[in-house]
Amino acid sequence: MIDALNHLPRPRAGADQLAEAFSDLAPPLTARQAAVESARCLYCYDAPCVNACPSEIDIPSFIHRISDENLQGAAERILSANILGGSCARVCPTEILCQQACVRNNAQECAPVLIGQLQRYALDHADFTEHPFQRSPASGKRIAVVGAGPAGLSCAHRLAMHGHDVVIFEAREKAGGLNEYGIARYKLVDDYAQREVEFLLGIGGIEIRHGQRLGGNLSLAELHGQYDAVFLGLGLGAVRQLGLADEDAPGLLAATDYIRELRQADDLAQLPLADRCLVLGAGNTAIDMAVQMSRLGARDVNLVYRRGEADMGATGHEQEIAKHNQVRLHTWARPDAVLLDDAGRVRGMRFARTQLIDGRLGDTGETFELAADAIFKAIGQRFDEQGLGDPLAAQLARDGERIQVDAHMRTSIPGIYAGGDCTALGQDLTVQAVQHGKLAAEAIHAQLMLNVEAA
Amino acid sequence: MADLSIVFAGIKAPNPFWLASAPPTDKAYNVVRAFEAGWGGVVWKTLGEDPAAVNVSSRYSAHYGANRQVQGINNIELITDRSLEINLREITQVKKDWPDRALIVSLMVPCVEESWKFILPLVEATGADGIELNFGCPHGMPERGMGAAVGQVPEYVEMVTRWCKTHCTLPVIVKLTPNITDIRQSARAAHRGGADAVSLINTINSITSVDLDRMVAHPIVGDQSTHGGYCGSAVKPIALNMVAEIARDPETRGLPICGIGGIGTWRDAAEFIALGSGAVQVCTAAMLHGFRIVEDMQDGLARWMDQHGHRSLEAFRGQAVGHTTDWKYLDINYKSVAHIDQDACIGCGRCHIACEDTSHQAIASTLKADGTHAYSVIEAECVGCNLCQITCPVQGCIDMQAQDTGKPYMNWTQDPRNPYREAG
Repeated sequence: MIDALNHLPRPRAGADQLAEAFSDLAPPLTARQAAVESARCLYCYDAPCVNACPSEIDIPSFIHRISDENLQGAAERILSANILGGSCARVCPTEILCQQACVRNNAQECAPVLIGQLQRYALDHADFTEHPFQRSPASGKRIAVVGAGPAGLSCAHRLAMHGHDVVIFEAREKAGGLNEYGIARYKLVDDYAQREVEFLLGIGGIEIRHGQRLGGNLSLAELHGQYDAVFLGLGLGAVRQLGLADEDAPGLLAATDYIRELRQADDLAQLPLADRCLVLGAGNTAIDMAVQMSRLGARDVNLVYRRGEADMGATGHEQEIAKHNQVRLHTWARPDAVLLDDAGRVRGMRFARTQLIDGRLGDTGETFELAADAIFKAIGQRFDEQGLGDPLAAQLARDGERIQVDAHMRTSIPGIYAGGDCTALGQDLTVQAVQHGKLAAEAIHAQLMLNVEAA
Repeated sequence: MADLSIVFAGIKAPNPFWLASAPPTDKAYNVVRAFEAGWGGVVWKTLGEDPAAVNVSSRYSAHYGANRQVQGINNIELITDRSLEINLREITQVKKDWPDRALIVSLMVPCVEESWKFILPLVEATGADGIELNFGCPHGMPERGMGAAVGQVPEYVEMVTRWCKTHCTLPVIVKLTPNITDIRQSARAAHRGGADAVSLINTINSITSVDLDRMVAHPIVGDQSTHGGYCGSAVKPIALNMVAEIARDPETRGLPICGIGGIGTWRDAAEFIALGSGAVQVCTAAMLHGFRIVEDMQDGLARWMDQHGHRSLEAFRGQAVGHTTDWKYLDINYKSVAHIDQDACIGCGRCHIACEDTSHQAIASTLKADGTHAYSVIEAECVGCNLCQITCPVQGCIDMQAQDTGKPYMNWTQDPRNPYREAG
């Protein structure tokens, strides 16, 4: 993919400098900091933070255990609700979840307890000598999980715990989904995503087969026939289009493609650097893209959004990160045309200024141009329809473009469950996907056991 | 500013804050630093007969709260481990250099009259303002028949006090041990022996914690430990009660009391004074923070006195004694009910779960539209126990409000429900 940017220069900074720029954005707590911070927790009852956590982690309890110097107990409390608690501790937008709900997050109490950081501390220091959860006696049931992202992994782990055997079918070379391929590098550093997958697989009973793509070499009908149940943990594989001419020109690509490359790069100094860079969009992916390019050494990073600051999808915390990294924000501007140089490469973009007219977004009639060596689209991802091409998959009821599920993550076809970003339930967050996977596993388990009893 | 000066058992001091007999008053160097910092007096660390005591290495351990906040310290240190001659020489010099400060000398010698008869004139010759009899040390010394071994036997307390009054003209303060069942027995004995004052409490027998890897309690000496004397903030409630017991005992009424036990702030001191103390002694707080705390204590106490129109300590000393009584005289008809300030409430739910699980199910939890909970008092169920107010992390959020029941004062001795009530 980076072929589209091969004509660009490489970062000026040395390897050490780049490594530093992509180290932990939020450094881990020290033992002393964890002790101080855990003691700040008021150990609320019916705690608002738990209510705000999509994966329902018993936060007061795990923090209490940290305070009691029982780190393994704290870690087990977290993992029993969220087996990917380690990556969630790093990537969750806690500022709109648990920490926003924290009773200490008000003027009288000064600041919320650093719940995410404490969660990371407990998991980083638990030092389990063996996997903390035991498998139930073998049930003889086999379940197919499609997608080794957070939803699929969470589902597989819970199923394995209940004694079922699981095969995960994954299109890419590595498991982990967005944790491996889509998170800003400074949020989830080194090989943590892979280590977490290894830890999760430590329970046993889970096989991952790579290079398996639904709609490609894999059909839902076959899986449905061969396994006792199927869980679909598909991500959002497709990228929204601008709908402009020259959208395929060298220098213009999806932010997710670049981020994936950046996360996989062994040598950051070999990545193409867009010294003048445009990022289209205003969600967390847009911020991740802009900040990472800035940290690679780009001098002129611009984020352009068609609406106002208040409408941005990125949280306030993310916007602050962008500001601290010299990302310039342009609001009320819509991509109007890709500008190319003589060689047919991107040299900039023309924007149409926008405004709200009777509540609808419209053009003011004014335009302006921004010069750029590369343009990154971060205007949202879409569900990839190709995956649901086979006859059975085509029958799945949909909720908009996504797969329709009920509260137990059941699709319209008995025996097929779905969760994570491919469903419309809840928010598109790692922690939400983990919860979906867990709920689906419980539903599958309940159904299979019911069938056993009936038999 | 209010006048903080005192005359306690005939001893003058510019303020009521004295350092207790302990490591901070072990030698001239420390005592001079204390006086420079502003302490009104010191009780010099306990002198004994030569040869001087020998201490072990590793002497203190602590009981911690959250964030390593020290609730209390336990110590196994003995009385001074320096010779009598050095101590007496230093005491003489310090008193000469600091004539306006109270300098009391703590003493502990074997329970024979000859020993006291020997040491008392030597101490009196230093120019010290008074002596304090260490009948309280709970560790080490009792095994040798001294300290708490004396303080726990009222007859010994009375006898030794009398010897001191006989062989010395200085004011005699008897320091009491809390390791007894009824502090009044010790105070009465001291009073009968002619004591000019009592000071209390000395430290409480304690083990603060156990090293679970080595399976030995703290503080660790080699691979052993022993019980020590507990002091610091955690012992304040015990000390306040004992001070109050003596202050309201008709047999010891008027006997000057020097309050000791967990005093670290001006408010602590004011509370001891309100329960009858004429002076206070501090140790643990100084050991944790240094001598500078006395400035904050003086400043805080003087400002509080100014705000309340107390020109001297005598103006409020003992004012809380009359309000401290036996349970049987409490007003059975008094009723208070918790009230939660909804604007101050942060929604932690601690009041609810405390009341629900362990008290009277008098705080309702209501789920709000946003998924959080609101908490309100069910007044008909509330017994006014204070538990919700205690567990609430927000100061002032839960208020215990006195109810107008329309019923007159009635105590248990008058209550018709009491089968043993006094005949009417």
